[in-house]
Amino acid sequence: MTSFDAIVIGAGHNGLAAATRLAKGGRRVLVLEAASEPGGAARGREFAPGFRSAGLAHLVNRLDAEVARDIGLDLKGEEKLLPTTVLDGSGKAITLHGAYGESIDGVSADEAVAFAAMRKKLIFQAGILKRFLRRPPPQIGAISLGDISTLATAGLSLIRRGRSESRDFLRMLLMNVADVTDEYLTDDRLKGLLAFDATLGIHLGPRSPTSLLGLYYRLTGDVAGRTGGQFIPSGGMASVAPAFVRAAEKAGVTIRCATPVGRILADRGRTSGVVLGDGTEILAPIVVSAVHPQTTFLHLVDPAESGTGFVRSVKNVRSYGNVAKLDLALERVPDFTGLPVEARNGRIVLVRSKEQVETAFNPAKYGEFSTDPVMEITLPSLADPSLAAAGGCTLSALVQFAPYRLKAGWEQGKPAFLKIVLDVLERHAPGIGKSILAANLMTPVDIEAEYNLPGGHWHHGELQADQLLVNRPTGAASGYTTPIEGLYLASAGAHPGGGISGLPGWNAARHILSGATA
Amino acid sequence: MNAMTKSAADLRRAARDHIRLPRLETPFHDRLMAISEVNDWYNWAGYKAPHSLTDGELEYFAIRSTAALFDISPMVKYHIAGPDAERYLNRLTLRDVRKLGLNRVHYTAWCDDHGHVLDDGTLFRLGEQEFRLCCQERHLPWLVDSAFGFTVDIREETEEIAGLALQGPTSYAVLRDAGFVGAEKLKPFDIATFPHEGGEVTISRTGFTGDLGYELFVPRAKALSLWDRLWAAGETHAIRAIGYGALNQTRIEAGFIVANADFMTAEAALRADRVRMPDEIGLEWLVDPDKPNFNGRRAILDARRNQTLKHILVGLEIEGNISAEHAIVYHRQKHEAGLVTAAIWSPTAKRNIAIASLERPYGSKFTGNLWVEIYALRELKYQKMMKRAKIVPRPFVKLARRTATPPGLK
Repeated sequence: MTSFDAIVIGAGHNGLAAATRLAKGGRRVLVLEAASEPGGAARGREFAPGFRSAGLAHLVNRLDAEVARDIGLDLKGEEKLLPTTVLDGSGKAITLHGAYGESIDGVSADEAVAFAAMRKKLIFQAGILKRFLRRPPPQIGAISLGDISTLATAGLSLIRRGRSESRDFLRMLLMNVADVTDEYLTDDRLKGLLAFDATLGIHLGPRSPTSLLGLYYRLTGDVAGRTGGQFIPSGGMASVAPAFVRAAEKAGVTIRCATPVGRILADRGRTSGVVLGDGTEILAPIVVSAVHPQTTFLHLVDPAESGTGFVRSVKNVRSYGNVAKLDLALERVPDFTGLPVEARNGRIVLVRSKEQVETAFNPAKYGEFSTDPVMEITLPSLADPSLAAAGGCTLSALVQFAPYRLKAGWEQGKPAFLKIVLDVLERHAPGIGKSILAANLMTPVDIEAEYNLPGGHWHHGELQADQLLVNRPTGAASGYTTPIEGLYLASAGAHPGGGISGLPGWNAARHILSGATA
Repeated sequence: MNAMTKSAADLRRAARDHIRLPRLETPFHDRLMAISEVNDWYNWAGYKAPHSLTDGELEYFAIRSTAALFDISPMVKYHIAGPDAERYLNRLTLRDVRKLGLNRVHYTAWCDDHGHVLDDGTLFRLGEQEFRLCCQERHLPWLVDSAFGFTVDIREETEEIAGLALQGPTSYAVLRDAGFVGAEKLKPFDIATFPHEGGEVTISRTGFTGDLGYELFVPRAKALSLWDRLWAAGETHAIRAIGYGALNQTRIEAGFIVANADFMTAEAALRADRVRMPDEIGLEWLVDPDKPNFNGRRAILDARRNQTLKHILVGLEIEGNISAEHAIVYHRQKHEAGLVTAAIWSPTAKRNIAIASLERPYGSKFTGNLWVEIYALRELKYQKMMKRAKIVPRPFVKLARRTATPPGLK
């Protein structure tokens, strides 16, 4: 039997990025995937006869260029950034072109100037945080030279801009997004978009303290060097997972699907491999867990091998999703009122104002879904016609807020929520209801079941101030290393977080190859 | 007077009766109260417990010369049972629980993830899957959180189970005359059960005095009858009820440490430098690196390997006869080296003894030329004394009768 230097658990894009980097670093790597196909949350599935969904993600907006280059990802289409259109039901659209609205249509000239100023400010500030993305977070008590240099350059870049920039950064860092938009903007729709983008996938409303961090996180991402850009690769989102698989295989990684891991072997603080669901032992000195940290430490590693305090902190990681994913099979391309034809292939956000986002969040605090939800939409079959049956179209929407822990239970709640969502769509695209051939709504509970994602949370844990950097997923496992020697974390639950960036996996692999033990 | 006619102030007063009488009474309280001549009580884990009942010196000599009866009911007790109980406790505590035989007791300690000691205590194996953990502080949240992933039931039974320590050279004779047939077979750290009043009493050959002695546990309802049974049998063996003052002297002679007296427990310590690893309080011998993983393992072994242990616990013999309690320890009379946590003039060893916590390298590398500065308050004036101290092994008092089996009768 072939022996391996490292086993990667989970063939999501982070697992594959980690595996590829390790293989390129000369390690023999085996990736074990529970599902019958690789790709993780980017794994496509047929949701109605002849209609396919490309997976949970329907856009790429933070794929790290260095990761893509390093692992040899052959995705194309980056040069064509997609617009974002805000529709509030009035028939008058706002469209952001280029990278997060380098130019903007549908607002007054004054508002466009104000937006440009705000965009510049936020991108500058996000740029400071960005310095921390490509390396493990500093380890408190063992700050390295590299950490000091990152901190110093971050500080210097602030100081270079003068005292008032530094002060403004510290002032805004933990603000809520609603107040920030009020400082700059007057157009409710634009404020609504920023409120939506800041809170998508996070259990915060725009008025919740620190909600601006969600927007910063988005703006730490770039596409082809353009901050805040978004694209769909040529061939559509369904080509993302295969590209990661190709890169891994080219680097010599072995991928075994339909091979769930039952246990991570650990004895007295050291791992030695895994035991598969069928009882087969596979030994390796390095195990990289690219699945949710709670799955890793509460289910795969015997809790006896972790400390009580550590298990406590892992259990306390907040990871309850708030976003539902809707896939529609349509007879034809829907016609959204006011949507410019050339923006159809981009992102469509249905939001009226930041107040709407806040009001939509309120019930989520008490275990209820929004009765007036906000959502972002793409039409995936425009980029990849193979997703739809001939002549048809698919629609993908991320809808919030749909809390994982619904008081009434999702069995009862789902039909009611689906009706609400379809009603919203009907208002914005009259006639869409009649053209629906099939509708597939995945609540966070369904997402959890389909993708083995605890809480149905695509970030593998809330992306909030207390669960970032040195606390992601929790202090003692925040630098990809864990209390168990040889066991590393490489999923979205690790620094920096979720989204198709490849960074958690790639960073983890680089950390392993650097030979650092902490 | 009914509730309607009571004034609001009366009702308020009645509702806060627990403030007027804040101390719980142990199951033996009626007997202790009847014996107490000096009314000298202190607070032991929320219970009213005697510091002394009649005369501290006589109580001390009851432990060392005849038989002493000490109420240990306030000791915190947990009942831990289930298919994973052994594995659970092995992860929780420092020693290898797999090596703890049925009906045996061992002394152990447990740590947090950072290897800092949360408490020490005794673990009783009452069955293949049934244990009792006795300790100084309360730990239910920690114990329950530690149970994640284990099939184990954890209950606090401090209130339900009454405990008595019967200690001293005639303690076995008391048991024999009280009719506990077979108690002579108990070796140190053995447990056995005996019939009592239609129920059972669990007797272990354990104690905190370094003497021949036993600890007895019964359900609360049988407490007084057990006391009376021992008291009647003990009369001819000069049995005497004692308070903590006397017990504390003997435990110092035996070299035992007390949580939050000789070291701060990790959950009680407010200051970051007050927590202690097992190796810093003389408990390194409990740590078993070969057994399966346990809380604090990695931190303790890292500290050993990296030589980052900061403190050490030592026994001291100090010249003179003035107790050095809480005195500062110096190296070459100049450099502060640590603190005496417990000290007495030992009537049995006839030596001035102390337990001290020193800051390494004092006590580890520099073991000579140690001094303690004793401040003795004499008629409103401190007499300052710089006394020579010598590190000596613990226990300070070692008694052959503690381990002799069958036990002696006097």
